[in-house]
Amino acid sequence: MKRKTFLNLNLSAIIIPIMAVIIALLIASIVILSIGKNPLIAYYEMLKGAFGSSQDFINTIVKTTPLILTGLAVGFGFRAGVFNIGAEGQMSMGALFATIIGMSLGGFPPYIAIPLTMLSGMLMGAIWASIAGFLKARTGAHEVITTIMLNWIAYYLGNYMVAGPLSVGSGTPKSPEIAASAKLPTILKSQAIELTPGIFIAIIMAIVVYILLEKTSTGYEIKAVGFNPYASEYGGISISKNVVLAMAISGALAGLAGALEVMGLHHRYLGALTAGKGFDGISISLIGQNHPIGIIFAALLIGSLRTGSNAMQFAGIPKHIVMIIQSIVIFLVAADRIVKTILKYKRKNRAGVKK
Amino acid sequence: MTWIISILNIFANPLFYKITLTAATPFIFAALGGVFSEITGVVNIALEGIMLVGAFVSIVFTYLTGSPWIGVLMAILSGLGMAWLHAWASIRWYGNQIVSGTALILLAQGLTGFLMEPIFGKPGQTDFIGRIKDLNIPFVKKIPFIGEILGELNPLVFIAIALVIFSWWFLYKTAIGLRMRAVGENPEAADTLGINVYKIRYFGVLMSGILASLGGAFLSVGELGQFKELMTGGRGFIALAAMILGNWNPIGAFWACLLFGAAEAMNNQLQSSPMLQISASTKPLFNMLPFIVTIVVVSGFIGKTRAPAADGVPYIKD
Repeated sequence: MKRKTFLNLNLSAIIIPIMAVIIALLIASIVILSIGKNPLIAYYEMLKGAFGSSQDFINTIVKTTPLILTGLAVGFGFRAGVFNIGAEGQMSMGALFATIIGMSLGGFPPYIAIPLTMLSGMLMGAIWASIAGFLKARTGAHEVITTIMLNWIAYYLGNYMVAGPLSVGSGTPKSPEIAASAKLPTILKSQAIELTPGIFIAIIMAIVVYILLEKTSTGYEIKAVGFNPYASEYGGISISKNVVLAMAISGALAGLAGALEVMGLHHRYLGALTAGKGFDGISISLIGQNHPIGIIFAALLIGSLRTGSNAMQFAGIPKHIVMIIQSIVIFLVAADRIVKTILKYKRKNRAGVKK
Repeated sequence: MTWIISILNIFANPLFYKITLTAATPFIFAALGGVFSEITGVVNIALEGIMLVGAFVSIVFTYLTGSPWIGVLMAILSGLGMAWLHAWASIRWYGNQIVSGTALILLAQGLTGFLMEPIFGKPGQTDFIGRIKDLNIPFVKKIPFIGEILGELNPLVFIAIALVIFSWWFLYKTAIGLRMRAVGENPEAADTLGINVYKIRYFGVLMSGILASLGGAFLSVGELGQFKELMTGGRGFIALAAMILGNWNPIGAFWACLLFGAAEAMNNQLQSSPMLQISASTKPLFNMLPFIVTIVVVSGFIGKTRAPAADGVPYIKD
């Protein structure tokens, strides 16, 4: 280790992302000012849009659900030393396959149809991600490039399915609805917005990932390969096996995000179903410092930004502001020494005053 | 059988080669950018985002001034700005280069989308704003077959090809090129010899910004004459694949770009082939073609090419 900072590791893991978010909101307010709008009103509208009423609140939770899972997918990958930038495609493929299976389970009771549909989404996500894992292990092809290519292939495959074989009705290309028994039940309803147990499934998966990473030997091997592949191989851990496994688990999480979107929200496959939620997983895992519990809170943050941004649009501020905020956060987490330096500078100043 | 005949027909048509060249042009600019950055040891996946900003800025200034060339000039400045951010994070602050690149792609998508309404009054895409006129070379045009390919092309296509040769000369025949390669292979040794590792890396990344933004400008003011949200559509990543396939060498990357350009041209020509009568619903399947070709090629060749040894590793001077 190089010289220690004044922050111990755990504390800085919490402070850096929070500082990054604050700095990002400040910079974004300059962007808002530049188009002649008041950032305070913008953020107020955003907050109101995300938490202003029970309906908004449920909406935020609904938006947060898939984000927890894509955040876990990317975060799990980071811990294993792979940069899974393909959660978007894995989520789409998971949703597509879950729809196909969910459509054909009409004859089964929910306690069979629901888990089966979920598992099929996870399976397809895992397979899609494993392609990149396999190629990395076998040929060394970098997963950033292969998963991006797989995203596009998944995108066009989904478009093809809803325009061709699965197409139903007119207007927006879409698939038929899944069987009623494969839909997630509603536990809370406020006007048109329905809350399903999906959020609990996402939180349970966060706990499962935590246990897998921290308490099992599989998790230990995956982390070891991520931390230092050559040392791990010297210690008898197979790099190839663990890279493929890590990608598969990561993809399964993203696939589950897609399956839950189908089962709880849209009840069918649509071309625009993923809408950047897979990419949001990258910012979420970085804000959550790749820790499953941190990822839950980071997903809630991005989820509320997403819901709130719709309200902001009524105030005349394009919803793209959320992407700008996210990009600044990611940038600051990538170069976390910037934030550390700002913090250190403040600390020094304060120490100076005390003397 | 109709398939084989249609594909042969496409190969026999000069239009296929013309589309290959124009489709390859944005790849060539961006892949050269990738080479300049990575040869000094800085991975730059932000190419996609730099291209998008370049495409946007060039249209904005064409809209404001009426001159697409001023648009291109401003695109270059925007590319320098984006690349400087990447260099600042990854060289000055030893940041994770892939994560910083991802941030810049998202920033590009967010900013261009955000500014659409305030500037053009509507989201999604602009109207036709204006494009650089094609270069008409009468004496080339008279040559059969070749004339139909090269006789009337956008000047940026020729600039891209000229830059391939220039880049090769610059990186392999000049002192500064040698220093760049030394820094990418072994920054400690280069440092010992008195080379300023940080300066060289800044230079490489800034050059990649200029080049990638030209690729973006080609897409908007070179080809379409308008801007569409997310119009780069993964081309920055295909360019990275071309750079890898071309073994981090400008000439190699050029051939790889032509290959990916050919995949796009083939997709384009198959979809509009009168013999095949591709229905609208199966067209998405054809759009996968360039991406599948990229995956196959990257996985097939990767063991045979070699990245600069210090590629992606921040240099921390003790």
